[in-house]
Amino acid sequence: MRSVRRLTTTIAAALVACAGLAGAAGTAAAASPSPSASAGAGADTAPTEAGTSFRTATPIRMDQRATAGASTGDYLYWVLPVDAGARATVKAKVTLPPPSARHGATTWQLDVYDGLRRRQACRYGAQTKSAAKDAASVELSCSLRTVRGWAEQWANDPLPGSYYIRLTVVDLSQEDLGQPVHAEVEASASDAGGAQAVDGKLSAPLVPGATSATPKPSGSAAAQQPAASDAPDGGWSSGWWSDRWIWTAVGGVLAALAGIGGYRLTRGSGRPAYLPPGA
Amino acid sequence: MISRTITKRITGRRLAAGVCGLLAALSVGLSPTPAAAGEPAAQSAPKVELTLDVSGSMRTRDIDGQSRMSAAKQAFNDVLDAVPEGVQLGIRTLGANYPGEDRQVGCKDTRQLYPVGPINRTEAKTAVATLVPTGWTPIGPALQAAAKDLQGGDGQRRIVLITDGEDTCAPLDPCQVARDIAAQGIHLTVDTLGLLPDAKTRSQLSCIAEATGGTYTSVQHRGQLRDRVHQLVNRTAHPVRTPVATQGAQQCAGAPQLKPGLYGDREKFAEHRWYRVDVKPGQELRASVSVAADRAVNNDYGVLLRASTVHGREIVRGSESGDGRTDAISTGLRYAKPPAGSSDAAKDAAETVCLQVSNSFSAPASVKTDPGMPVELAVDLVDGPHNASDPASFGLGRGWWLLGALVLAGLVGGLLWGWISRWRVTVWRTN
Repeated sequence: MRSVRRLTTTIAAALVACAGLAGAAGTAAAASPSPSASAGAGADTAPTEAGTSFRTATPIRMDQRATAGASTGDYLYWVLPVDAGARATVKAKVTLPPPSARHGATTWQLDVYDGLRRRQACRYGAQTKSAAKDAASVELSCSLRTVRGWAEQWANDPLPGSYYIRLTVVDLSQEDLGQPVHAEVEASASDAGGAQAVDGKLSAPLVPGATSATPKPSGSAAAQQPAASDAPDGGWSSGWWSDRWIWTAVGGVLAALAGIGGYRLTRGSGRPAYLPPGA
Repeated sequence: MISRTITKRITGRRLAAGVCGLLAALSVGLSPTPAAAGEPAAQSAPKVELTLDVSGSMRTRDIDGQSRMSAAKQAFNDVLDAVPEGVQLGIRTLGANYPGEDRQVGCKDTRQLYPVGPINRTEAKTAVATLVPTGWTPIGPALQAAAKDLQGGDGQRRIVLITDGEDTCAPLDPCQVARDIAAQGIHLTVDTLGLLPDAKTRSQLSCIAEATGGTYTSVQHRGQLRDRVHQLVNRTAHPVRTPVATQGAQQCAGAPQLKPGLYGDREKFAEHRWYRVDVKPGQELRASVSVAADRAVNNDYGVLLRASTVHGREIVRGSESGDGRTDAISTGLRYAKPPAGSSDAAKDAAETVCLQVSNSFSAPASVKTDPGMPVELAVDLVDGPHNASDPASFGLGRGWWLLGALVLAGLVGGLLWGWISRWRVTVWRTN
């Protein structure tokens, strides 16, 4: 008993001390202009530029409205982290130049690629849309398949990691090339829930450059984690939690209760009450 | 008694501190490290050269009622005021000096107005102010000279070309010049701004931009010119991973051995290239490739990335095809080598995986096939995945059917158990 109490006091003391330390570390991080802190501050304001290739793609976050000024014909790239279990939808809006300056209809397209630069299918959404000559803007969207925690290496199922968004014009009259346009993109995601929770896990999300500098056969997972700015808010999920635990546990409890009920039904109430004790 | 309590307290505290330290160490170990390997290493400063056409036609007054020249000067002044830190900027002119009719001389007329380096705003502005629209439009030679100005270092390079007309110095095709410059593998991009929206200028400038992965803008207003040049200069300031040049072989034997990283190569139409990567047991190879369409290509195209053993057995492939206007087509693959047995020799025995990159681009006969199209190959090696042993997470169940089945099984079990115990009591009584 005494040892148990001692253990609890120790743990409590450890927790209190840790909380103090963590608090101190937190204030230190906030005070010092570390790279991660500045990245965090930058993440609050939505980007106003877009990249022009996979390498130069501008990082964005979920539910952030990124904008960019561009010329008709530019290929605009953004990149955002999508975690396992997410059903992401990417929406884009292109504000076209005034109709007086245009010469014909233009067709715009939104493509989504995963961290391995594989094109990802859209479940639904207008991925390609034509804008009439007098249209003021065109809106595109793409709803991705549910991101799975693991897939066979021969599949191209969406896996947790970076997702590239490419927005461009695919058909236009040549006179319209190079005219200024304004583009906006926004991505949102809903949780697919435990029904989509699969077994297995990638050791590192599909983020380009996730390699450790000196790869080891049993290298530490920490060294291979990509930079914090590539991860979603709150980091990548560890992948072990799903509501399947609750379902299974509740099922077990119900089974136990049903078992007790069944037992009492057939076993009867035990020794008949009219028998005198010791008979 | 008192001393015992104190000792106990001290040990308790020590234990607490120890546990805390352990937790802290764990959390540090588990939290993502800020300096990951994929971050661009310290590079030399990015360089930009603004290349301005000062040919006679720049006198035309059609940009918001001003001459093209004054619009360009004004834009330059605004941009020079806001050059981001760390960007080295230079200015080159074309057609600024020779007013004569001799084509031979006029086509060599390009001059570095301000050398590429840390900018001195006053000097640069004074130099720009002296410019007077004068001569020819030698775009090709100006691009060649600008590429030379930007030599040195391994940072990003960008040429911002502002012109109001097509090149007047055939047969040197500026578009081919741009492609040749890009093929030198010096991470150079040419962005073009056209001040005159006529078909020939547009096709030539967009061709130059396409050949180097740059952009083309048709300028109609002063503000637009200023904003765009400013945007392009700012873009250069962003650090970017630059690919390392490599050259794939025609077959796997003799192909270059690649370590994790980003590589650049060139591939002609319908050509394929091989690379080799060593993968140890328990590691996962991730490779992605994109082939850029840097010239006019036919409408349907594709790319295939294949991983095979040295004996030619295909392990896994990634392929993609497309049609219509595009900047690049890309695909990727994953190959997880299963963990080896317990012996040390087997653990360290790396397997050589051959990567084949092939493309099915084609082009009209008029399009030059040399140099090949730019290929970007990214290779990553990470720990292998924890493979699934069951489709569901940890083999756990979910849903009303599961609950029903469990309740039913529990009930049946309980009934049986109760019946057995009742039967046993009866047997015991009768005996």
